Order: sequence, then structure tokens, then C-alpha cells
Amino acid sequence: MIDMAVVDLSRLQFALTALYHFLFVPLTLGLSFMLVIMESIYVMTRRPIWRTITRFWGVLFGINFALGVATGITMEFQFGMNWSYYSHYVGDIFGAPLAIEGLMAFFLEATFVGLMFFGWDKLKPHAHLFVTFMVALGTNLSALWILIANGWMQNPVGAAFNPDTMRMEVTDFMAVLFNPVAQAKFVHTVSAGYVCASVFVLGVSAFYLLKGKHKGFAKRSMTVAAAFGLASSLSVVVLGDESGYALTDNQKMKLAALEAMWRTEPAPAGLTAFGIPSLKDRETHYEVKIPYVLGLISTRSLDKPVIGILELVAVAEDRIERGVVAYDALEDLKANPNDVAARARFEPVRNDLGYGLLLKRYVADPRLATPDQVQLAAWSTVPNVPLMFWTFRVMAGIGFLMIGLFATAFVLCTLRRHETRWFLRLAVLAIPLPWVAIEFGWVLAEVGRQPWAVEGVLPTFLGASSLTVPQLWTTIVGFTLFYGALAVVEVGLILRAIKKGPFAEQETDAQLAAEGAPAVA
Amino acid sequence: MELPLDFATLRLIWWGLLGVLLIAFALTDGFDLGVGALLPFVARTDEERRMVINTVGATWEGNQVWFILGGGAIFAAWPFVYAVSFSGFYLAMFLVLAALILRPVSFKYRSKRPHGRWRTFWDWCLFVSGFVPALVFGVAVGNVMLGAPFSLDGDLRSFYEGHLLGLFSPFALLCGLLSVAMLVLHGAAWLGLKAERGPVADRARLYGTIAGVLSLVLFAAGGLFVAYGDIGFRITGALDVNGVSNPLRTTVQAASGAWLDNYGRYPWMLIAPVLGFLGAAAALAGLWRRSEPLAFGGSSLSAVGIISTVGLSMFPFILPSSIHPQSSLTVWNASSSQTTLFIMLLVTAIFLPLILVYTAWVYRVLWGRSTTGALRSNPDLY
Repeated sequence: MIDMAVVDLSRLQFALTALYHFLFVPLTLGLSFMLVIMESIYVMTRRPIWRTITRFWGVLFGINFALGVATGITMEFQFGMNWSYYSHYVGDIFGAPLAIEGLMAFFLEATFVGLMFFGWDKLKPHAHLFVTFMVALGTNLSALWILIANGWMQNPVGAAFNPDTMRMEVTDFMAVLFNPVAQAKFVHTVSAGYVCASVFVLGVSAFYLLKGKHKGFAKRSMTVAAAFGLASSLSVVVLGDESGYALTDNQKMKLAALEAMWRTEPAPAGLTAFGIPSLKDRETHYEVKIPYVLGLISTRSLDKPVIGILELVAVAEDRIERGVVAYDALEDLKANPNDVAARARFEPVRNDLGYGLLLKRYVADPRLATPDQVQLAAWSTVPNVPLMFWTFRVMAGIGFLMIGLFATAFVLCTLRRHETRWFLRLAVLAIPLPWVAIEFGWVLAEVGRQPWAVEGVLPTFLGASSLTVPQLWTTIVGFTLFYGALAVVEVGLILRAIKKGPFAEQETDAQLAAEGAPAVA
Repeated sequence: MELPLDFATLRLIWWGLLGVLLIAFALTDGFDLGVGALLPFVARTDEERRMVINTVGATWEGNQVWFILGGGAIFAAWPFVYAVSFSGFYLAMFLVLAALILRPVSFKYRSKRPHGRWRTFWDWCLFVSGFVPALVFGVAVGNVMLGAPFSLDGDLRSFYEGHLLGLFSPFALLCGLLSVAMLVLHGAAWLGLKAERGPVADRARLYGTIAGVLSLVLFAAGGLFVAYGDIGFRITGALDVNGVSNPLRTTVQAASGAWLDNYGRYPWMLIAPVLGFLGAAAALAGLWRRSEPLAFGGSSLSAVGIISTVGLSMFPFILPSSIHPQSSLTVWNASSSQTTLFIMLLVTAIFLPLILVYTAWVYRVLWGRSTTGALRSNPDLY
């Protein structure tokens, strides 16, 4: 039987390291493009202030980038370390985008990032701009391939189970590549990164303006952030809605859970603005609904219903029963790969094998499952409804707040009223919000995928490595202490750099020049 | 769809590409690791250390991607190997990760504050992040040659029956030290090319010479182990090179001395160990005669030879099992599907040349020695 303690600890470790990694990634994604914008202005106008602006945000980018890369190394190897059976089961499909990410994206950003920092005196301005652009392109392409991999876990297209190798194998690579879920996730995620970086730049600039320091620098930075942030915050919400639309076909259960919608809603479904979902009662209390909205968002129509949790559980129950048939045929095929009759039995139900495997949590041999265990397994397909319900609302709420923030910033910058103090205070306070929304977004996406590692294909609890609890505690404690210490150092260095300000380096240059002046004269 | 390359050919190509990635990692990031391990010894003052750090400061990050790409390529092309080895060598992998995570932050953070203790702390972090991965990679290779204590069940789930300290057997430790010596030699040769001439370069020559001699001795000792020790595996049953990727369908036996079989069958493979020795000897000659390109070329060839020796000796094995030889992973039974191997080959054929072109451009822009003078005039340097 599966040791659930090992599974839970493996999940905890993955959640910790992935969420931690994603504290740094959004800023890298967004700030890299903002550096391109700032440096482009420098190259076009040749005004030194824009060089200073680019270089200052570049310093902060660098401190953040170091930890993004460092924690990304863990991600690349953790699948094999903690999710060994998962890696075997889907490596044929899932490994490819990770390898392509290395070839196409990570090499690009990592090779050029050194030149970006050390090439200021070795390259002409337009050549340096090209290098900065390559870094931005690399980081964003990197997100593309990672989200193609992640999108496949949510919506496993273009692959089929092979009984000879006991794993999923590629049948249509183009389908994996152009997976609609992956595309929606990519644009939503990178836009969120752009918003995150814009809020960061806006907030830090606001801090300088409040202190009355580096005004020319801060106003210009603020203007870039306002424009880039407004475009990005609009796109993150609109494209987030696109993710919602992609869910209706591919992950009905996730949609029903985040809406805490227990029963199928007749068309056009209303959106629950507020409510207290109860797992125990399988009911959402005190619901306040906005009519039509959910139907419009998720089906783009007024006549299609949105399916509820209870009905989806019934569907799961059917699929579990067919999955048991698939499992039975597969056992015969394992004993004798040339068993034609078993292969014939396997074919029609092969897509339900994953549902049969859900029973392994309750009984070693799914063929011996009792009706109660089938019921349990069917209900196990429902993710944590209240958690989904609330994380979604926090994430989406912050998304709308960001639009408001940047619309205001944009108007103020256009009116040249950069120093509106109440807004500057708000802008500083808003700095943590995008991180909260982004981390909640990941919780929503990945907890919402449970109980599956790969939707409908492989239950999470089967994917874990055969490790021991002490081994897992060793690495969890190790990573937590290590990451914690690095976070403290990182935040300390960022705050130091902000305190020193954008002109710290010029001042030393000026001092050097002053010291050297008599000799020149 | 009929693919233009058959399964066996694709598997062979991907076995070769795995070697190419590991060698590229050793040749590029290898000197970064070596420089890290040498840092506290070849450079004593803060200025010297900064000068040494800046010999790799701008390029180590790109070099490290060979390692990450290696991980990704094993995942995509050899999922069994990825699944079995990383979960099996769990705590050793954690050690490597911790050391490698330390590296980017050490590079970046060291220069951010001027205090002596702050900088000394990060210097030792750089030492750890160079020495520990070099050692553990070698130890891992040693254990791969010895066979890892894992077995696969009928679902092809891997079970590992070893522990962290079990990895440090005499042969594995020998491989670990060889790996350290090889990369320290390479790092010292790199410093010869990139560091300014003077006391630091002289110390690098001294340590490089010690590492070069150790490389020769340890490589020879490893050969004796392979010839006379209880080490090696052989495929005994029928072999289908185009067969399905299911390790349990191959019969394998442990067989002492089997890692020398290939040299009898294909004598040309002897080039690899010969290169390992000659390269190290050439590197030593280069260090001795103060010919920096010869030293670096020699240390590079030596690394190519030593890594190729491991791959060729074991071929077609990739990861044998010491407790259940039947579970052993080979070139013919542990790959991805033919389609995946083919698609990944196409992608590699497009992007690998591109990577080489822009990497070469970046190195060209950054060409020239790192000097202590530059530290004073260029505020961007670490």
C-alpha cells in the first residue's frame, strides 16, 4: 500500500519549493521587459538619466534573478527526486518541454545575463540593448515551456498509455504544444509577472517621491510602470478569464469547486459573489449570486449549463468502474504481453485506467474494491472546495484592484501629478499584493488539480518516490532553513540597494573624478 | 507516421548526446567549479579574490545550464534513468542542489557589502559550491559503475535499498576524488588563461600541477579497480535493440571485469582512456612550460577522455542494478518512445548550434584577462 505520509510530505516539499521559486520568477519575467523598455528609451534619446534608470532597476533585477535561478535548479531535479513514479509514468511527454526549455530559453537568458551586467563598457548601446532583450526573451520563453509542461498536467492531450512500457507516451506532439490550457496559462502567468514588476517599480518610485528623493528618476520610472502596468493588469484579468473558459472543457471539476457549485446550474449560470461553502453538508450557505455572469464567462453563451460537483462525482463513479476493467486487462497484459483478448478488453476503456488507479488509495487491488470504496474514490475527485472558493476570490479581487491602481497611476502620470501623496502611499502599500495574488493563483491551479498529478491519468499519491519519512523531513527542514536564510539576505540586499538609491554609483564616480581632477587640469 | 530514423539509431544518438552534454558541462562549468574550489587557496587578499571571481563571473551562469539541460535531457530521453537515479541518490542530490543553490547567491551577494567577514563567508560558500558538486558527481559516477541498489516492480516503480553513507565506498570515493582533481586541474588551467599573471597565477600553477598528477594516479587506480575488482555487468539473454522500453525484459548478470569487454570487442574505444592520460600529461606539460593554451587544451582533452571512458566501458549499460540485475537500465531498454527521441533530436539539432554560436560571441566580447586594475575602474565587476 501507498504510504500517505510520504505522499503528503512530498507534496508539502513541492509546494514549499515551487511557491518559493515563484516569489522570484514574476519579478524576473516583468522586470526584464521593463529593462528593455527603459533601455530602449535610453538608446533612442541617449539621455544619461535613462541609463541610470536602466542600471538601477538592473541591479535589483540581478539580486532577484540570482535566487530565481538558484531555486529553479531544485525544480528541474525535484521531479526525479520526489516524484519518481510520476517521472517514469509521464517522462515521455513531460520531460520534453523541460528539456526544450533548457535548449531554447534558459541557455539564452543565462548566457546573456552575464553580458548584460558586465558588458556596459564592452558593447555599443544598441548591442547592449539587444543583450537585454535576449535576457527578457529567454525568461519569457522559459515560462512558455514550463507552462506547456504544466498545462499538460491539467489537460493531458496528445498522449496515450502504452501497456508494454507501463507509461504514457506521445501520440501527437503538436497537440501538447498547442494545448489550449497551456496557452491560456502562459499569457495569464506572464501578464501576472508584468503586473508584479510594475507594482514593484511603481511602489519603490512612490517611496522615493514620498521621501522627496531622486525625483527625476522616480517620476520617469513611475511613468513606465504606470503604462506597462495598466496594459498588463488589463491583460491578466482578461486572459485569466480565458483560462476560465479553457477550464470548462478540460477541468470541469476545478471550475465547479472554485465556484463551490454543488449542483448543475441551469443556463445561464449565475456567479457566486459570496457564500460559505461547507464540505460536510455539500452545500454553500448564504450564497449571493450575480445572475448570468458565470454562464457568460465559462460557456460564452446563455444556453449552455455549467455542471455541478454532484453530477461530476457521478461521472467519476462510472469512469472508476470502467477503470477497474482497464486495470484488470492490464494485469493480464503484464503477465502476458501477447494476450490478444486482454488487449481487446483494454482498448475501449484505456482512457479510464487513471480512474481505476484512484482506488489504490483504499485497496491494494482495485478489482477487489467494495461499492463503498468506489464511492470514496469518486468523492476523492473533489478538490478542497472552500480553499478553492476563497483563493479564487482573493486572486481575482487583487486582479481588479491592480487595474484600479494602474488606471489611477496612468491618469496621474498623464496629468503630471506624480506627487499625489495619498496615491503614493497606496502604491507603497500595494507592493506585496501581486505576490499574494500570484501565489494564490498557483494554489488554485494545483490544489484544484487534485487528486490528480495528471488530470484523469495519474493520481498524485501514486506519483511519489519510494522514499522514507526521515529522508523527506531532512530535505524539508534543510530547504526551509536554507531558503529562509537566503530570503532574509535577499530582502536585506534589495532594501539596501533601494536605500542607496540610483545615484550611489555616480557619486563615487564623481568623487573619483574630483580626486583625479587636479592631475587632469 | 513512419520516422526516418529507427529506434535503435535514435537510442544510440541520444546516448551519445547525453555524453556530449555531460562533457560540455565538465568543460565549461567544470572550470567554474574548479575555480570555486581553488578560490580561497590561490587568492588571499580581497582584491585577488575579486580578480579570480571575475574570471568566471560573467559566464558561469550560462555554463551551468549544461547541467540543468543534462537533467532535462535525461528526463526527456531517459525517463527511467531520471526517475531511478534522482530518487535513489536522494540525499546526495540534495547535497548537490544545496551547493549549487549557494553558488549564484554567493557570486551575486559577495560584492554587495564591503565587510571582510561578509566577503570571507561567501568565499567559503563559493569553495563549497565548487568542491561539493565536483566530489558528489564523481561519487555518483562511481556508484553508477558499481551498480545502484534498486529494483523495479511489475508496474516499473523503483525501490531503492541503500543509504547516503553507502554511496561512499572506496571505489566511489576514488571516482569522487578523480572528479575533483580533474576539475581543479581544469580550473587552474582556466586561471592561467584568464587571471592576470602574478602571484595568483603562480599559485594556480602549483595547485594545478598537484591536481594533474593526482588525476593521472587516480585514473590509473580506477582502471586497476575495473580490471581486478568485483565490478561489471553483462547482458546474458537475447537482445532486441529496437525493443520496447521495459527494463524487465532484458536478462542481466553481474560479471567481474565486464567493464573491459568493450575494449576487446572494439579496440578503437581505447582512444578514450588514452586521451584521459595524454590530456592530463599535456596539461602538466603546459603548466610546467607556462604555455596556457596547452594546459587548458590538455585539461579539456583529459576530461573528455575520462568521461568517455566511463560511458564506453559501461555501454550499453546506463544504470545497472546491484541487487536485482534484471532491473538494470540500458541504452536499449530505458529510453523514451521513438517519437519523443526523434522530436527532441530535431529540437536539439536546431538549438544546439545556435547556443554554441551565441555562447562563442559572448566569450569573444568578454575576452581578455581579469585584472586587479579593472576592479578599481569598473563598478560593474563583482
